[in-house]
Amino acid sequence: MSEEKKQGFFTKLVSGLSKTKANMMNSVEQVFSGFTKIDDDFYEELEEALIIADLGVNTSIKIIQDLKEKVKARKIKDPLEVRGLLKEEIEEIMTIGEDAYDFTQKKSVILVVGVNGVGKTTTIGKLAYQYKQDKKKVIVAAADTFRAAAIEQLAEWANRASVEIIAQQENSDPGAVVYDGVQAAKARNADLLICDTAGRLHNKKNLMEELKKIFKIINRDYEEAHKEVLLVLDSTTGQNALQQAKQFKEITEITGIVLTKLDGTAKGGITIAIQSELGIPVKYIGVGEGIEDLQKFNAKDFANALFDNGSNDLH
Amino acid sequence: MAFESLSDKFQSIFANLKRKGRLTEQDVSAAMKEVKMALLEADVNFKVVKEFVNAVKERAIGQDVMEGLNPGQYVIKIVNEELIQLMGATESELTYAKQQPTIYMMVGLQGAGKTTTTAKLAGKIKKSGKKPLLVACDIYRPAAIKQLQVVGGQLDIPVFAMGDQIQPVDIAKAAIAHAEKNHNDVIIIDTAGRLHIDETMMDELVEVRDEVKPQEILLVVDAMTGQDAVNVANSFNDKIGIDGVILTKLDGDTRGGAALSVRAVTKKPIKFVGLGEKLTDLEVFYPERMASRILGMGDVLTLIEKAQDVLDEKKAAEMERKFRKAEFTFDDFLEQMQQIKKMGSFSDVINMIPGMGSQLKNVQIDDKEINKIEAMILSMTLDERGNPSLINPSRKKRIASGSGTNMQDVNKFIKQFEQSKKMMKQMGGMMKGKKGKKGMNFPFMG
Repeated sequence: MSEEKKQGFFTKLVSGLSKTKANMMNSVEQVFSGFTKIDDDFYEELEEALIIADLGVNTSIKIIQDLKEKVKARKIKDPLEVRGLLKEEIEEIMTIGEDAYDFTQKKSVILVVGVNGVGKTTTIGKLAYQYKQDKKKVIVAAADTFRAAAIEQLAEWANRASVEIIAQQENSDPGAVVYDGVQAAKARNADLLICDTAGRLHNKKNLMEELKKIFKIINRDYEEAHKEVLLVLDSTTGQNALQQAKQFKEITEITGIVLTKLDGTAKGGITIAIQSELGIPVKYIGVGEGIEDLQKFNAKDFANALFDNGSNDLH
Repeated sequence: MAFESLSDKFQSIFANLKRKGRLTEQDVSAAMKEVKMALLEADVNFKVVKEFVNAVKERAIGQDVMEGLNPGQYVIKIVNEELIQLMGATESELTYAKQQPTIYMMVGLQGAGKTTTTAKLAGKIKKSGKKPLLVACDIYRPAAIKQLQVVGGQLDIPVFAMGDQIQPVDIAKAAIAHAEKNHNDVIIIDTAGRLHIDETMMDELVEVRDEVKPQEILLVVDAMTGQDAVNVANSFNDKIGIDGVILTKLDGDTRGGAALSVRAVTKKPIKFVGLGEKLTDLEVFYPERMASRILGMGDVLTLIEKAQDVLDEKKAAEMERKFRKAEFTFDDFLEQMQQIKKMGSFSDVINMIPGMGSQLKNVQIDDKEINKIEAMILSMTLDERGNPSLINPSRKKRIASGSGTNMQDVNKFIKQFEQSKKMMKQMGGMMKGKKGKKGMNFPFMG
């Protein structure tokens, strides 16, 4: 594992993404190459491919519907050309605003939330490292006081990223930890305060209330700071991710998504549904266990990774 | 929620179809279209859905629609039954090794919940009187060892760890020696989360497996997993061979279609489900509950159950009427017997009836005797069954040879039957006004 990490940043990113891509191809690419004309069967198979990519039934149908209209309007006859269109469509949906990363240039608090096991703590380690490399003063706050050894886990990442950590005992009040973090960030003039939180299922009322309280503390005690709330989603998650995004959005003002574990075979296609239904953009993607394995999200790359077979001169 | 509207939609499609008779291909196709959507929305893998839908279609077409249900609902009834069947039909227990210690190995993707589940499982095993040992083989994730030690401590279960510089296979080996010395009869090995496509990491599991020869390898799967669940389960099963599945985070609101996907591609049983963050939140897997959760048509299923109840009540009322008028025939009798047989052995059923158990304490019921009676009725012609007075000696002879019994048996049975009928007629008066009470005296209660 450790040798692998020495591989270098770009090799790792490329290999991470290509795994995602390779798998995507199995379904979508077959559709494009297997058809010579655009008919109902073609659209049906395309729809299936999108469903297999976890886009969900509704979003898949909607995308195919849009696609049909465009194909008609532009009088397209070649299935391969449809691929270009589909890519366009996905890219259009997933494109994020130019100001998406402005928070990294301001005094900001980043609150990292999500259900259990999606990779919140690991993501914070990677984010802290990245900002630190950008010469920012970063403090992390260990507000997951619930899960056994979560504090130790974050401490290890803070150590690897060489950033400061604010922590209390296990089972202490997470609100108090966040409060301490805010005070420390102010006193030490930190650029970025990143708060870890315990994993919580979005249908657990008490835990969501607790999160509301944490968010309130940040708003009240660090008014001047920009608030960035990142929802971490596991790319292997299916349709439930939409529910997660909805529920977390109700409690806090989610400003972006971190899509983790994209180095596996899952596609994270549900983020397309989330973006089109809830308007929450993906801002980062996780592509490995190493500290450098976090990328800013790029809609074009995402769409390409989904629908390219490597030679991108087909459209 | 999303799936309730789906159920509504389904209801409205079939609202106007109140027709009886057999399920046509059209009925089935229309209903299965909705089922397909429901399953896909629940994250059941596309290919699994396709196969399932086709199989059910084949089974459903031509079946008689049950009274009280419309064709669509009846298809759902079949779908639900098939889902339960596919899910494993019954609960599956952990197995123990003949020679101690029994070793379980926990495997899965990152963040599935292996460490928490490992502790929960150990807690359950400890409760059953065993002495488990936890083994920390996740040497990669920061503080994973510490996490296992903390949860182990909370349950007062020992944790064997050697830090993060020793290879997992060596840790596992040392753990067995440690367990033998300390008389631990169960060993649960926690391993690092890994991607199913990470060859090096998968090889590591193979190495550990070959060294410790676990009784069971349990794949821990996040219930929220999407379409990719089949790839994950397939890879783990192909490369290391799994014996069972534990489904985690089912306390969320996911429909949990991954359960069906995993089950369908691996054919391995789902043994437990994780239902919360407390270390006691691990339950045995119930296929029925999971099936209705995935299908997400709770109200349709309730309706089907009600229709079934109504149907049974109707039949019971009809029976009661026949009792009173002594119109009870061999056919009715056969039907009653078969109804009860569905529920288990006669002796079991009698004991389940409130009040009956004590009253019939001395009544000996021989299940073999029942089979004999069934054979005799089945050897009668339909006319004979409806009109017992037709049965003359030569007919009796035929019935006896047809059922593999003798004249004596047949005589005895018919005599008992006639006696019961008389008794029923007498009881009929007493039963009046007591609706729903299904008093019954069987001829074979000696």
